[in-house]
Amino acid sequence: MNKDIYVLIEHLQGRVADISYIMLAAARTLVQDTGGEIVGILLGYDVQNLASNLAADRVVYVDHPALAEFTSDGYQYVLADLIAENKPRAVLFGNTSIGHDVANILSSRLELPMVSSCQTILSGGKFVSQICGGKIMAETSPPGMTTLVTMIPGGFKPEEGQSETAPNIITYTPPALDDLRVSVKGYVEPEPGDVDITKEPILIAVGRGIQNQDNIELAEELAKAIGGVVCASRPVVDQGWLPISRLVGKSGNKVKPKLYLALGISGAPEHVEGMVDSNTIIAINSDATAPIFDIAKYGAVIDMLDLIEVLTEQIQAAKG
Amino acid sequence: MNIATLFKLVPDLVEELEIDAGGTSLDMTWLRLIISEFDDHAIEQAILLKERSAAQVTVIAPGVEGVDEVLFTAAAKGADRLIKLIGDFEAGVNNHSLARAIVTFLKDLQPDLILTGVQAHNDLDGSLGPLVAGFLGIPYVGYVSGVTLSNGKVIAQKEYPGGLIARIEVDLPAVLGIQAAEKPPRYVAVSKVRQAMQTAIIEEHKVGSLDPTGGIPVERMFKPEAGTRAMIIEGDEREIASRLIEIFKEVGVL
Repeated sequence: MNKDIYVLIEHLQGRVADISYIMLAAARTLVQDTGGEIVGILLGYDVQNLASNLAADRVVYVDHPALAEFTSDGYQYVLADLIAENKPRAVLFGNTSIGHDVANILSSRLELPMVSSCQTILSGGKFVSQICGGKIMAETSPPGMTTLVTMIPGGFKPEEGQSETAPNIITYTPPALDDLRVSVKGYVEPEPGDVDITKEPILIAVGRGIQNQDNIELAEELAKAIGGVVCASRPVVDQGWLPISRLVGKSGNKVKPKLYLALGISGAPEHVEGMVDSNTIIAINSDATAPIFDIAKYGAVIDMLDLIEVLTEQIQAAKG
Repeated sequence: MNIATLFKLVPDLVEELEIDAGGTSLDMTWLRLIISEFDDHAIEQAILLKERSAAQVTVIAPGVEGVDEVLFTAAAKGADRLIKLIGDFEAGVNNHSLARAIVTFLKDLQPDLILTGVQAHNDLDGSLGPLVAGFLGIPYVGYVSGVTLSNGKVIAQKEYPGGLIARIEVDLPAVLGIQAAEKPPRYVAVSKVRQAMQTAIIEEHKVGSLDPTGGIPVERMFKPEAGTRAMIIEGDEREIASRLIEIFKEVGVL
């Protein structure tokens, strides 16, 4: 095993994902104590330019038409070879639609240990994972062999993983990739929603605490009173109570409104990822231990349904 | 079409979670376990596929307390076979152990398609679906919110951030990690579950000793530090609303 830390550079539609920069910043902590280099692994087709601002000591670039789009098969074949040949100390992946697909399958295929949902890396190289909807943290130590780690945002800033100096780029010839069992047939762009929640200054966000579809109207009335728009966490969208254009979180939109009023939202990491940069977050939840209170500036421990109509009335009164 | 669906039970996050005396795991004494939310969506997706294509659906889970009811609920929804893995699961096992145990059964069943939740909230050493795919050497696609069968392959709708969907063609057999079924998991009346308890059979499958290699032992488990917690507004709903109005004015939205 060598001391290097590999970071899978995630990109989609010509843009490097923020999680890639976050992981490069995390990798810096890992090499600080024990040495080794940070190696960005960039897979794609004619995308070498994406490496230009990566804060890595070097970037291994793998260029192949079969890697033009992400597939778990294409990525796992290339990464399996790279890992087996070089035996890095750790390989960091985003706990995302790309990284999660590849890291896990490599763990069982290559019989390598794995840590999920790592948010922070402590000096000494310990991994701190955030689990159980953000309610529990778990600390693990690298086990002395190549460890595969999936990472979530929150512990490092994307800016820390960016550099004005382009890294050294080394090209790597991939194994044969003409027999992939997974292929991309096309993309479906999101339908333009009725509103673009990423541009709204006031968001009234509802979660599981809304309880049923009829109560969405209460949130709409509150939003109308204050001049905002209703958005939601995943369970509400999965129930079909609001369209996916209103989804905030990992698989939905990232928003930064002036006010984010979170009603009945527990604050699972997948949701927090999409709204943590809001100017002022106010959380209303009946569960005093809900993780949303850890990121909100103000909070109230009350059932959102007991509050919402009174709040709407008071806003209407305040506005005259 | 032979579809296998895998699920596991996880702590209900509505309950207060406590760390045990050893400080390295959750105190399971009074913990209520429920089906992992995404696994529930995977079962729903399997039943939807069965309704469209006359598939046979086999539901597989580790044998822990409370699992029978979830298996019978799956039967009431339309699952054909219920498999309870018998092994030393009660103390809690990691996902590598569980994936290996499930693979012992899947090698006999030889399903065309395996569906499971994309992840569970307590995953610490990877997620069940892709681990199973790796052990079996078959393809995996996760973050799936729609599945169509097409000429011996599947087309999976894979979610990316911002609402972008990729249409992915996958050779079978394969494992799909379900983020959301095409429709919300159906509700089944308690009477139907009771009926399933009378008619459906839970088959037991012994898995032998469990191999946790691939997971890393937890050295310390703790709750997030509360140093940056929100300023909590006290009072009844009127008092809270009044204070919120003040805050709205302070931040310039009212």
